[in-house]
Formats: sequence, structure tokens, C-alpha cells
Amino acid sequence: MEATTLGIVIKAIIILAVISAVAGFGTYLERKVLAFMQRRLGPMHVGPYGLMQILADGIKLFTKEDIIPQNANKLIFALAPAITAATAFIALSAVPVFPDFTIPSWIPLLGGTFVPSVAADINIGILFVLGMMAAGLYGPLLAGMAQANKWGIIGAARTAIQFLSYEVVTGLSILAPIMIVGSLSLVDFNNYSSEHAWLMFTQPVAFVLFLIGGFAETNRTPFDLLEHEAEVVSGYATEYSGMRWGMFFIGEYANMITVSVLTAVVFMGGYNDMWFLPGWLAILLKIAFVFFLMLWVRASWPHVRPDQLMWLCWKVLMPIAVINVVITGIVIMV
Amino acid sequence: MGLEQFKNRNIGTQTYRMLDLGQTPTRGSDKFKQVVKRTFKGELFVGLWVTLRAMINSLFRGELHTVKYPLEKLPISPRYRAIHDMLRLLESGHYRCIGCGLCEKICIANCISMNTRYDENQRKEVSEYTINFGRCIFCGYCAEVCPELAIVHGSRYENASEQRASFSLFEDMLTPIDKLSLQEEYDGFGAVTPYADDHIKKTPLAY
Repeated sequence: MEATTLGIVIKAIIILAVISAVAGFGTYLERKVLAFMQRRLGPMHVGPYGLMQILADGIKLFTKEDIIPQNANKLIFALAPAITAATAFIALSAVPVFPDFTIPSWIPLLGGTFVPSVAADINIGILFVLGMMAAGLYGPLLAGMAQANKWGIIGAARTAIQFLSYEVVTGLSILAPIMIVGSLSLVDFNNYSSEHAWLMFTQPVAFVLFLIGGFAETNRTPFDLLEHEAEVVSGYATEYSGMRWGMFFIGEYANMITVSVLTAVVFMGGYNDMWFLPGWLAILLKIAFVFFLMLWVRASWPHVRPDQLMWLCWKVLMPIAVINVVITGIVIMV
Repeated sequence: MGLEQFKNRNIGTQTYRMLDLGQTPTRGSDKFKQVVKRTFKGELFVGLWVTLRAMINSLFRGELHTVKYPLEKLPISPRYRAIHDMLRLLESGHYRCIGCGLCEKICIANCISMNTRYDENQRKEVSEYTINFGRCIFCGYCAEVCPELAIVHGSRYENASEQRASFSLFEDMLTPIDKLSLQEEYDGFGAVTPYADDHIKKTPLAY
């Protein structure tokens, strides 16, 4: 069925509402999971099991004084958090989050509207998503350079390093699955895995490389160079407070969700029905697992130095990715 | 959790062992070999398992280290030096302090001040006794020097208060007379050691 404008608008609203809520809930999950892995309790006092902690944090962030440093470039300083948050959500517009569905006809006004799985099913979906997430790094870069703070400058420099390193790996690693499927649309990836085995098993090297690249893309712990507190205070976010800082946070968590969804759709079979599980539950479980993996890795592994990240990406992962692409090409040709 | 493991200050008697880290590679080929070895050794997955095991234990077996402080409290060592207590004699209920003034003399922060006088039985009695807790450094000398084990360190370590005076008067530190049966002998600084009887010797009067 053809997607109508109304259906796309509904889908966009669903994405915005659900992902912002889930991004907020993600902070709670992260604290709880990290706490249990470190034999602590985590937030416990606001609401049952600390569930209302998000609300308390939100009130704190919204009502906190918004400070702009004296020597900062005020326009760019104010703009940078918006870049991070906006690109994170724009990237989600081309990602299939739930299966297609039609609103039941007994609901007034909206009844019978077809809501597509992707808000914008453009034929270059995966390129668009990766490009948007890469553009999101302009947020930390500009924020770090605009705030007239040495820690911010170091954070911005590290952003540039990280961007130069991982982008090659994510691009090259996803190339082999693209060659197999023969399309850049994420819906085609999903349809491919409904008939074939998951790409995770046929392309294990690309899967691992994409996960590593995705961790670097979302600034998760083995590669959280740009705001590592122990080294650069808070990196690019040093001078930020209140809601501007909160927007960086929402952007980071939305990016985590995007990478989780990408991994689930490209490599782990997407939103196809799995055994007895309906498609929407299957993809939720897969996304939740990748999200949990990010928290799990944060609790377990130390992070790398900037030079180690460059070494890893350029000297190890990029050659492996190229070899993987070449071998995949030869196999497809033969 | 007992206190024994905290009391063991003899470094070297614990079961420490040195890690065998091997040589740091210098040649390029050796470095490459080390990278490959570490990549396929699965050490990263060992790390993942450690944290997952901790999570399972804390979720399902309750192996948590969090103490919900105002609701739960950890036992403190008997040698801990918190706000002072003034003890009473168990038989008569009279306070033990004999007004000798040694604690006032030895106090290096000059925070103890006392006045004494003779009562009607020509016995020293403490007419005024205060400790300025704004100055006290909790060194424990007063408890150590006290010949009667009258001033000791108690276990009140939560000393946030609206006024300093809430702690510092003699009556505040003295064991309440109705709680005399609950009064515990001080185990820490200056107290009689557990095996004191074995170490008693005859006073050498021969010379």
C-alpha cells in the first residue's frame, strides 16, 4: 500500500515521541545496568526502584541556569547541541523501527491510515543514516571549538581524530552486506533476511567491524575519547550545562538507538517474524540486546587512547574490511 | 564481616602474588604477534563474563555492596575515635571522673576545659566540663591518659548539628543514669588490653 502524507507524519511523531522517551529511559537503564555490574543498587530513591529518576533529572536539566562563557562564540555555542540532537533524529527518519501497520478503522479521523515502517523510505537509506550520524559529530566539534576552554579544544581535536578513524571502517564494513543484498534501502535488507540466513552469520567479519565502528560512532566506552572525564574533564561538553548539555545527551542516546536498530536490521534479521515471536517484538528484543551490549561493554572494558584508536582503525580494521569486501566480491562473482 | 581482616596490618602475610607480565615486545614482528595473540585469546570475553557474573549475582543472589546509609549502618571499629563518652561506675552510678585534670593538660588542641571543687565530703567533684568540638582533633590522648577510664571515645560519628553545644557539655556525654545497664566498657585507645592479667608482674621491691 502507498504511504500517505498523513501516515508519514504519524510515523514521524511516533519516532520523535518514542525515541525521546526511550532515550530518557536509556539513561536510567544505563545507570541500573552499570550499577548491578559494579555490585551497586543504582538510583533507588525517586519512585519505585528509582524509576522516576528520569523525571527528576529532566526537571533539573530544564530549570538549571543556562551559562554561556564570556569568550565563547555565542552563536555556534548555542547551535552545536541542536546539531547533535537534530541529526540524531533525522538519521532515524530513514530507519525502519516497527513493521508497517494500518490504524484500525474504528478510530475517528485517523482510521484506515497506512503507517509505513520507515518515515522516509529513500533508496539510499543506509548511506543517508550513516551520513547523518557522521554529520552529527559537527555538534561536538563545533561545541568544543566555540567554548574558549582548553578541555573543549582537546575534545574537539579528539572528535576530529575519531571521525577520521571510524568513518572509513563503518563505510567499508557495511559495503560487503550491501554488495550481497544489492540495495541501499534498509527495507530491502529486511526483506533479504526474511528469505536468507541472517547476515550476521554469512558476514561475521563485517558484523564485528560494524559493531566496533558503531561504538566509535556513538562515543561509547572503548572509544569515548571526546568526553572522558578522567582525562579531559568533560571534553567538548565542559562548559555546557542545563538543557544544552541535555540535548547532547539525548542526541547520544538517540544515536545509540540508531546504531542498535541498524545492527538489528542489517545483520540480525530485522523485523521479520522469528519462530513464535511477532516481528515487532523480535526487533525490540534485538535492539534491546545491542543496547545492552553497549552498556555491558562500558562496564567491562577500559577505553583506548586516541593514538590507539587511529592505529586500530587505520592499520587493523580498514585492511580487514577491504579484504572482506574483496573476498565477498570474488565469492559473488564466482 | 569480622574485624580481623582489618586489624591485620602485617604487610606480606596476606596471599599476594606477583603477576607474570612477560617482556614488552620491541621488534615489529613481536608486536604484531602480541596483537594477534591478544585478539584471539578471548580475554575480552573473559572481561565481559566477569561483569555479567557480577550482574547475575547482584540481581538474583543479592550480592550487593551498597549500604543505604541513613537506613543501614556498618559496624565501626572499637578503636574508632568519635564524640567522647563519659562513663559511670557500674556499682554506684556515680560518674567515674575524679577531676584530676590530666585530660585538660594533655589535650594538644586545648579544647577541654574543666573546673573542679571539693564537695561536702571533701571529695573532688566536677563543676564544669566542656569539650570544644570545633577545636578537637580526635587524637584520643584524653582517653589514653585517663586513669579511671572515665573519658573514652564513643561511637557517635554523625556530628552534624545546629549548635556545637549539643555535644560538648558533661551531661551530654555522660551515660544517662537509666541506661547504666547498657553502658559498655571501652575497647579502644587507652583501654585495658584483653590479656592484661597475664602481663601483671610483681612489683620488684627487692631493690
